[in-house]
Amino acid sequence: MTMQPASTEIASRTAAIVQELKDLEGPLLPILHGIQEEFGHVPQEVLPVIADGLNLSRAEVHGVVTFYHDFRARPAGRHVLKLCQAEACQSMGSDAIAAKVKQLLGIDFHETTRDGSVTLEPVYCLGLCACSPSAMLDGEVIGRLDDEKLDEIVAEVRS
Amino acid sequence: MIPRIYIPADSGALALGAEKVAKAIANELAERGIEAKIVRNGSRGAYFLEPMVEVATAEGRVAYGPVKPSDVKSLFDSGFLKGGHHKRWLGSPDKIPFLAKQTRLTFARCGINDPLSLDAYKSLGGLKGLQNAVAMAPADIVKQVTESGLRGRGGAGFPTGIKWKTVLDTADERKYIVCNADEGDSATFADRMIMEGDPFVLIEGMAIAGIATGATKGFVYIRSEYPHAVATMNKAVEIARKHGVLGVNVLGSPNAFDMEIRVGAGAYVCGEETSLLNSLEGKRGVVRAKPPLPAIQGLFGKPTVINNVISLASVPIIMDRGAAFYKDFGMGRSRGTIPIQIAGNVKQGGLFEAAFGMTLGEIVDDIAGGTATGRPVKAVQVGGPLGAYFPRALFDTPFDYEEFAKRDGLIGHAGITVFDDTADMLKQARFAMEFCAIESCGKCTPCRIGSTRGVETIDRLAAGIEPEKNLALVTDLCNTMKFGSLCALGGFTPYPVMSSITHFPEDFKPAPARVAAE
Repeated sequence: MTMQPASTEIASRTAAIVQELKDLEGPLLPILHGIQEEFGHVPQEVLPVIADGLNLSRAEVHGVVTFYHDFRARPAGRHVLKLCQAEACQSMGSDAIAAKVKQLLGIDFHETTRDGSVTLEPVYCLGLCACSPSAMLDGEVIGRLDDEKLDEIVAEVRS
Repeated sequence: MIPRIYIPADSGALALGAEKVAKAIANELAERGIEAKIVRNGSRGAYFLEPMVEVATAEGRVAYGPVKPSDVKSLFDSGFLKGGHHKRWLGSPDKIPFLAKQTRLTFARCGINDPLSLDAYKSLGGLKGLQNAVAMAPADIVKQVTESGLRGRGGAGFPTGIKWKTVLDTADERKYIVCNADEGDSATFADRMIMEGDPFVLIEGMAIAGIATGATKGFVYIRSEYPHAVATMNKAVEIARKHGVLGVNVLGSPNAFDMEIRVGAGAYVCGEETSLLNSLEGKRGVVRAKPPLPAIQGLFGKPTVINNVISLASVPIIMDRGAAFYKDFGMGRSRGTIPIQIAGNVKQGGLFEAAFGMTLGEIVDDIAGGTATGRPVKAVQVGGPLGAYFPRALFDTPFDYEEFAKRDGLIGHAGITVFDDTADMLKQARFAMEFCAIESCGKCTPCRIGSTRGVETIDRLAAGIEPEKNLALVTDLCNTMKFGSLCALGGFTPYPVMSSITHFPEDFKPAPARVAAE
């Protein structure tokens, strides 16, 4: 695990992101994406900095951050595995796949393994519906998941 | 001539191992000392054949698929660079039945060439629609789009030309074109495919929309689950800007139009147009009450055209070939073509663009070839998570907005998910409610609370607790959600629920009877 940056450092890095993007029309989502990319999550300390930069209340910024599934309050594991749980994948056995992954990793959805290696999340559609069941591992797309591919994925995130 | 090898870089092909195939081919070329050019194209949409590798020969393209990395050595041994025979040989891609049976208008170029080559785009008729548009009066462009009969391909089916006319007629110094690329419905991937495989057609369509309505700024709101589409669109916008397709003088005309790519943040409800606008403005993606219509007060309160990717990407061909050409395809009030996305438990999954009017049965049995598992088809969900489940008894329904509505269904964004006879429709109905509960924006009560109560009531049904009473309660709840919700999320969740109850009543019988029946 890397050390958490001190809050003054978070504030200055956040201020730089806000400064860079604040002149966009509707800058808040691009700023939040930028922050999540920078820190791996959206730390509480950034809220007053963004609010100040965009002339919003801290509550408004908090409301936006918590509305969207993508923005994390805590850092994720080193890998993020998203399993599609939507209908097309259901028709090809995504329920059984999810049960197996949960068992192999010993965690449920929205949890991170104790060693911090992987966070498991459901996703509702990756647009890979003609090659179901599908998943995304750290931004890499995987189709037609089967036991063999699952074992490969689990070995990769555990290594 | 240096041989050219086409290996798709579309997400679907990548998910099936296209990257490993590309590496294996590059290694083999190096090892054998053969000079060849590898082109990364989009996908033609026949996903059951992906990764589909094509080579350019003197007699035209020859396709091979589905190619595994382990096939690569033997492909070279069989002389595939000259179209030689091999167990993966498919012949000319245009003659592959799944592709040959299609009518490709919107997807005419998708998957053929490098999606970021503007020259390749122009060589296949790209920019002709925009060239025509810059020479026309805005009202005439709007008239042509209206006459083509094009309706919103996002799901609502509202006539595109009428939306544009409202924006054109609303005076304001600033107007916007917003492209809804928040393709969240399961079974749909047409938007993704076109953004990854032919991004310039969307840019061209948006520029035409801008010129037609007096809007000078466009946004494409792409869901974050589509990182490849985001990357391709960003690059395409830069190229278009560099070549004067976007900018202060679109194609050298006095019209200005530029655009930005924006990324969503994992909220399904942002596919609803007003919540998408709020999200673009940097707010919570909460649905707005209508009126005011976005065409009058949309993004930042300004007149805004908000259209789906496929609606906008269908405009260039209408402006190129004319309204009559486009309108000639289709049936009834559903004109033109629709990219049907065949998904789930099917033998031949992929994108099938056809004129409106094919029956659901033709699509499922003939085009998709039945289920991948080989078991009988039990149910087909048409239109994504908010669409109805149709049994085989309704397979004669033609693909048409009105015909589906008549049978309490919808075509939505034209995705269809096939389920075999192992599907449990009570479980599917429960999922519809659960999904609505997860994704509800929370603004209106029927959706926010109704969906949670729906899950609980269906759970009681599953447990065999007062089945008749609880079935009546679910039906009543669906009625409240359908007529009392502000947008389609709460309003359409009853479609999958009620269609499951109506068409598959045996799955909703009390638990002991269900066990006995099995």
